[in-house]
Amino acid sequence: MSDKQGSVFGVSGNMVSVRFTGDVRMNEVAYIDMTDDQGESINLKAEVIRIRGRECDMQVFEDTRGVRVGTPVSFTDELLAIELGPGLLSTTYDGLGNPLGALAEKCGYYLQRGVYLPTLDRTTKWAWTPVARIGQHLKAGDALGTVPESMYTHRIMVPFGIVGAVEVLELASPGDMTVAQTVAKVKLLATGEIRELTMVMPWAVKRPITAYAERLLPETPLTTRIRIVDAFFPVAEGGTACVPGPFGSGKTVFQQGVSKFAEADVVIVAACGERAGEVVETLREFPELTDPRTGESLMKRTIIICNTSSMPVAAREASVYTAVTLAEYYRQMGLRTLLLADSTSRWAQALREMSGRLEEIPGEEAFPAYLSSLIAAFYERAGLVRIEDPNLGTQTGSVTTIGTVSPAGGNFEEPVTQSTLAVVGCFLGLTYARSYAKRFPAISPTDSWSKYIDRMRPALEKLYFVGWVDTVKRLALYYVEGQRVGDQMKVVGEEDLSLPDFVRFLGSEFIDSVFLQQNAFNAVDASPEADRTALSLQLTARIVDHDFAFTNKVQARDAFTEITATFRDWNITATDAPEYLQLLDRLESRLSGAA
Amino acid sequence: MRKVYTHIDQIVGPVVSLHAEGIAYGELARIRLKDGNTTYAQVIKLLGDLVTLQVFAGSKGISTGDEVEFLGRQVQLGFSAENLLGRTFSGVGEPIDGRPPLQQTKDIDIGGPSFNPANRIIPSELIQTGIPMIDMFNTLVKSQKLPIFSVAGEPYNELLARIALQARADVIVLGGMGLKYDDYLFFKKQLVPSKERTIMFIHTAADPVVECMMVPDMALAAAEQYATAGKDVLVLLTDMTAYADAMKEVAVAMEQIPANRGYPGDLYSQLASRYEKAVDIEGSGSITLLAVTTMPGDDVTHPVPDNTGYITEGQFYLKGGVIDPFGSLSRLKQLVNKNTRDDHAPLMTAMIQLFDASRKVRQQQSMGFTISALDQAVLAYGAEFEVRMMDLKVNLPLEAQLDLGWQLLAKHFTPTQSGLPSKLTDVYWPS
Repeated sequence: MSDKQGSVFGVSGNMVSVRFTGDVRMNEVAYIDMTDDQGESINLKAEVIRIRGRECDMQVFEDTRGVRVGTPVSFTDELLAIELGPGLLSTTYDGLGNPLGALAEKCGYYLQRGVYLPTLDRTTKWAWTPVARIGQHLKAGDALGTVPESMYTHRIMVPFGIVGAVEVLELASPGDMTVAQTVAKVKLLATGEIRELTMVMPWAVKRPITAYAERLLPETPLTTRIRIVDAFFPVAEGGTACVPGPFGSGKTVFQQGVSKFAEADVVIVAACGERAGEVVETLREFPELTDPRTGESLMKRTIIICNTSSMPVAAREASVYTAVTLAEYYRQMGLRTLLLADSTSRWAQALREMSGRLEEIPGEEAFPAYLSSLIAAFYERAGLVRIEDPNLGTQTGSVTTIGTVSPAGGNFEEPVTQSTLAVVGCFLGLTYARSYAKRFPAISPTDSWSKYIDRMRPALEKLYFVGWVDTVKRLALYYVEGQRVGDQMKVVGEEDLSLPDFVRFLGSEFIDSVFLQQNAFNAVDASPEADRTALSLQLTARIVDHDFAFTNKVQARDAFTEITATFRDWNITATDAPEYLQLLDRLESRLSGAA
Repeated sequence: MRKVYTHIDQIVGPVVSLHAEGIAYGELARIRLKDGNTTYAQVIKLLGDLVTLQVFAGSKGISTGDEVEFLGRQVQLGFSAENLLGRTFSGVGEPIDGRPPLQQTKDIDIGGPSFNPANRIIPSELIQTGIPMIDMFNTLVKSQKLPIFSVAGEPYNELLARIALQARADVIVLGGMGLKYDDYLFFKKQLVPSKERTIMFIHTAADPVVECMMVPDMALAAAEQYATAGKDVLVLLTDMTAYADAMKEVAVAMEQIPANRGYPGDLYSQLASRYEKAVDIEGSGSITLLAVTTMPGDDVTHPVPDNTGYITEGQFYLKGGVIDPFGSLSRLKQLVNKNTRDDHAPLMTAMIQLFDASRKVRQQQSMGFTISALDQAVLAYGAEFEVRMMDLKVNLPLEAQLDLGWQLLAKHFTPTQSGLPSKLTDVYWPS
């Protein structure tokens, strides 16, 4: 143990000020060794967030009631870290990496403060297979061996924090092992130090994992099966997107849809300061749902980091870092990971609370001045990377981050939304106007944007069809112009509109009804595969382009009403249902026949 | 023997500071005033030997020379499952109904830890209130947390009282914050019929502001005791905006940096940790939470309703004396209304669509457009819908509400005009 010691001299909410001797590290973890009213001793986990002279301020990850001036503090010399290793998938953790299921078994209904459990279960046995050779020189991130976890080959790697090369001295022979057993002995060539390695690798969550060969430009789409996103505002694999929206605009439903259907190997859901009820739906439903791509339970590819709104606020701040660290870890195995951070506003608010307690000079809306650089650094941890392993070969892995934002009052001008927009590649803005009109998903077709669409043109055209991007852009333009006519119509009335303008308005509404809108509660419409989305888009474009030779407005309106109804019926009809082709025929006959 | 401190350094608003040692954060203290009165206070900041306390009764009349004694325990509620029912307490848990203090209580901590999300279950039962705009159109679900967004002058307390009387719950806990004294008397009078299952924690506008901040914690701590003992508890809070304003007042007195419109930066967390007490405990009881939130200036983007909306599972809008069917939303209703009667969800949708149509026709009519025969029917339906469905005085079991819905449709429309599928109209259309 280190010679440093501390004792509390101030408490304000979840911030505790400590006088210390010895040397203290910034972001070091310490424990406040308090005794409660019943005489029970409790250790509260805390993190050093400011040092001034012989005093430091710490954010405490628990309720601080009962802490006294003079309460001893023990420092750990370690930064806030999480254990990485097999067994993370399909588990639910709090923001600090405590498994909530195990906590429930230990503590009952309620979360007790000061109870911390290891992130990785120590009893489960994993089938270890070495892949490195004795005497081989390896670097951080290279695989020593593997164990199967869910559907994947989980790499047990040389710890990411090791500087320089290591020589493999010993490797455990294949067999079932727990995470705590030694699997390898290595020598650090730089220092000559010999280390025994287990499957557990602690990693400081606020430090990005960079044990890859290089970062690559994201040029392929990560499909979400949400049509408006995949077609109009696609997200790149290894890219970033933000989803701001006022309450009641369907953020939760959107986020749940993405977590179910996105084309990712591992999905990490960070429920950061949101309703517990929403996590419970995921928690209870995912084990029952089947992942259409693997045929396995959805839970097997999912990790939930659950630090809901009533859980300690400092742990909420940590939770997004914990989540992104897990995403980076699985990326190192050549997997496509998707991080859903819901909601980054609650994380920003946690920063604001702490900043207020530190009495820092406030920035806009009292958020700290460093908010935008922290947001930028968080989204920068996403990315597509190339991994070169001497034994397992070269692969790519990715972290795609989709963060939701809950802007105060639904106003996108506020600091969190603005700081986020500056750094993400894709903006999916949910609006009241669309949600009031029950047009879901309520992503604004006019305000949203994606920087990836042109860059991904070759990949998109390979996935859907040649000419996809141009078709999308043409429809987007058509939609905008048609809506403009609609706005005009509200002022001048339908009578004064020319027939072509009126048809353009109807066409625009048609695009909205059959393609942009999607029923998340219908099993078929909720998750169309790429082929079907391609067909939808083609059909939509052909109908919009078709010259129906209408002679009057009533005729035009009736025709579009009928086509829309047929198309929407088709949208909710399974590909293998008998009506599928009938409905398709009916739409085709519209295109061949006259008005 | 506890040490008694006799020198208070600083008094600002409801907050006092003094020098003392060995004090725990959150500890309760007793202040003996020179005039013989006693008040309590809670430690809200420690810095070296300087202890800052919020005084429950406010600092009015406190002298720098008053005696302060720290009690070595946190703020607690004296709880007794039998004796609490039918009683009324202040925000700090003292009886204010003129009856003797409680006997045989056990002291329980308030503001306890969060329910482990891993132990939560998906809500599946509804709570009947007898009010069609709730039961039929925005069903209240056991363990749901819902605010009633309203503005000053609306009958939100009348609505709460009605729910307290009619709702099918084992225990009702009413928390009043910043209540007008008249409103307190109103609740006292109205709730007599369900007195044996009701507990009230009351802070009136004339009471000290710190007591206001304790009301939700007291009410919810009591509710948790009943819920873990297998009871279905309905917690009614009014008005959460007064609660938020009380937090603002104390934060400003402590010279904290305000976030939005003067509210402290932890407004969201503070509201959330209370609302999240709503829970359905597997194999035991539940807590359902309805909280009036008045919107200053009818502005839903005001920090209090705005933060609340992000926390709660929907909202009721009480406007013009009725629960507005368009802005109101129960996010959990689809979890339960599929299991009530097969016509519930479609009938609800059809009736709302027709009511929406009636509002549009009314607008057109006022603009001087000519009205078709169908429009006339829609208008008549809309008017009758307002009287027979939306009026808060209507009290019917859910089945009767649904039957009434069919009667209204049948009176004004043909089955085809109703927009409902024929397989439902064949069964339910009144002959």
